[in-house]
Amino acid sequence: MSSPVESPTTLVIEAGRAERHYWRDLWRYRELLGFLTWRDIKVRYKQAVLGIAWALLQPIVTTIIFTVVFGRLAGMPSGGVPYPLLVLAGLLPWQFFSTALTGSSASLVGNANLISKVYFPRLLVPMSAVGVAMIDFVIVLGLFFAMALWFGFLPTWHWLVLPVFLINALAVALGAGLWLTALTVKFRDFRFIVPFLLQLGVFISPVGYRTDFLAEWRNLLALNPMTGVIDGFRWCLLGGTQALQLNSLLASFIISALLVVSGIWYFRKTERGFADII
Amino acid sequence: MSAIIVEDLGKRYLIGRQTRHDTLRDSLAHGARSLLTAFSRGPGANQEEFWALRDVSFKVEPGEVVGIIGRNGAGKSTLLKLLSRIAEPTRGRITLQGRVASLLEVGTGFHPELSGRENIFLNGAILGMSRREIRQKFDEIVSFAEVERFLDTPVKRYSSGMYVRLAFAVAAHLEPEILIVDEVLAVGDATFQKKCLGKMGEVAGSGRTVLFVSHNLPVVRALCRSAVLLSEGRMVRHGDVQSVATEYLQTGRVAVDGNAEWSCSTTLETPHLARIELVTGCTVRRGDPVRIRVTIGGRLPEHPVVTIHLRDDEDRIILHSSDEYNPALPRSTVREMTLDSSVLNVGRHHVQVSLATRNVVEYDIKESVLCFSVEDPDFAVAGTDAHQWKGALSPHLPVWT
Repeated sequence: MSSPVESPTTLVIEAGRAERHYWRDLWRYRELLGFLTWRDIKVRYKQAVLGIAWALLQPIVTTIIFTVVFGRLAGMPSGGVPYPLLVLAGLLPWQFFSTALTGSSASLVGNANLISKVYFPRLLVPMSAVGVAMIDFVIVLGLFFAMALWFGFLPTWHWLVLPVFLINALAVALGAGLWLTALTVKFRDFRFIVPFLLQLGVFISPVGYRTDFLAEWRNLLALNPMTGVIDGFRWCLLGGTQALQLNSLLASFIISALLVVSGIWYFRKTERGFADII
Repeated sequence: MSAIIVEDLGKRYLIGRQTRHDTLRDSLAHGARSLLTAFSRGPGANQEEFWALRDVSFKVEPGEVVGIIGRNGAGKSTLLKLLSRIAEPTRGRITLQGRVASLLEVGTGFHPELSGRENIFLNGAILGMSRREIRQKFDEIVSFAEVERFLDTPVKRYSSGMYVRLAFAVAAHLEPEILIVDEVLAVGDATFQKKCLGKMGEVAGSGRTVLFVSHNLPVVRALCRSAVLLSEGRMVRHGDVQSVATEYLQTGRVAVDGNAEWSCSTTLETPHLARIELVTGCTVRRGDPVRIRVTIGGRLPEHPVVTIHLRDDEDRIILHSSDEYNPALPRSTVREMTLDSSVLNVGRHHVQVSLATRNVVEYDIKESVLCFSVEDPDFAVAGTDAHQWKGALSPHLPVWT
């Protein structure tokens, strides 16, 4: 401890000033992120007979329904890809997004007892909800892999690009999640708005259909950042059978970056008052 | 270098803020309304401020154990929240030297579905311990909490005593340079409380800086060398624990000292305590009766129960009496208690009155609104200092042969 001001353990709390050590604290508390995620996963399937099977059951049922509705009844073109595979490839990022968004927007209010009694970077709470969604994602990815093999779609080099789109999906989910989390603390209305948004979103995102056969809607759909993500996932997972569309991809990258930056900004801005209003 | 420096600290709350902004609709309506008032009356016209803490400054040296005392609403919890970074100050500055851990509640973050083992790790992480640290202390924590046999049982099946023991055990094994503790010792059975106190004393003796909030004066006196007294959000005194404790006992009572009457001006319909009278005055000669008259205002409940507590200067209850199960009592809005003062010790006695019904609905409570002194001139004659006599009661009952 040579100089008191520079000592790493000196902490100055001042009115109206953002914490200087925030990002260092976030790193110091990284284990807590793991613990919170682990707790939520552990608790989620307690006292449920089917347990972890629920993580698979939901996408399977949705895939069947979408295959029937979009593939059979509406007769949407599949471009030579088995329709269930097409749906599941789109459902993978969508479900990740929807679980992450639902989880994170409820996370702070659900952990109100923690917020009002202990200090830790609040950012960890919505982040842990995204972590939970990530675990589900990995399980469903396993399901997709098994299904792809069953239909004779072997992994191609395209799969290697998947992390790029995964990060993109993560950015959309975290960005929107941060906004909604912070807003839910202040306005409980968002508890009702989020499920509604997601219900709508599953149709305006190309989960059940391909965008490359909808030329006139393409640019409008591209405004939804999840369109680029889902297109990217299909391109990766279905071995390039659906061409990449630059406009939706670019729009998705830009919007997700904006969402993350503005989400962190808004979250940090409101975070200081969380304990007072939660 | 001081461990804690608090300078000019203040925290303001806006009253009604939560209810006003609870829904988007309210917020929009409020926004529109305040826009209108902003035009007509200037900004902030209808916002009421409340300073929970104001102009507080003090320093704590490393290794010092400081008690923070004050009545309910004095700002103790707010101060702790600011020091532990849960809430942000509105004004002022805090400088903390060293790793800080705060314990505002026992078992924060415990999840009922998880087992004891899992909760130790989770709670430890929440309190700021690393996984390695927790693993090192694990056995110590478990044996301190005495829950070895139930480690893999979900804590929702724990008895409340076990739960609290485990929670305290985790917290007690934190090793920060600065520890901030709220009234967490008021938990568990007597044996465990003793153990907790022992642990607290150990922590205090190990050279760590501790801030300790409690209502329990004897405990504060035993653990702390100095103390900070808060009252209505302001710091009244900071000094050695004995003088601060004495001042604490005086404040809030000085105002009522010497009054033999207290009455409430409200014209409420709900039953309430309208008037409390010391019929026998503020000073009672030991051996004479003490008479307290209580008048109930508003609608008279079916079975009103008036309870009187007498407390001594140390805030200990020395007498509890209620008019319940007194079939001979006439139904009336006035109740009177008479007590032979020869059982009481010499000194001041604070009167607390509460009004309830037989099925325990509490309507009203008045804490230490009045106080009276018992005096005994005979002591003086005998050449003894009356205040040296220990004990809350001093009845002429013991018989010496």
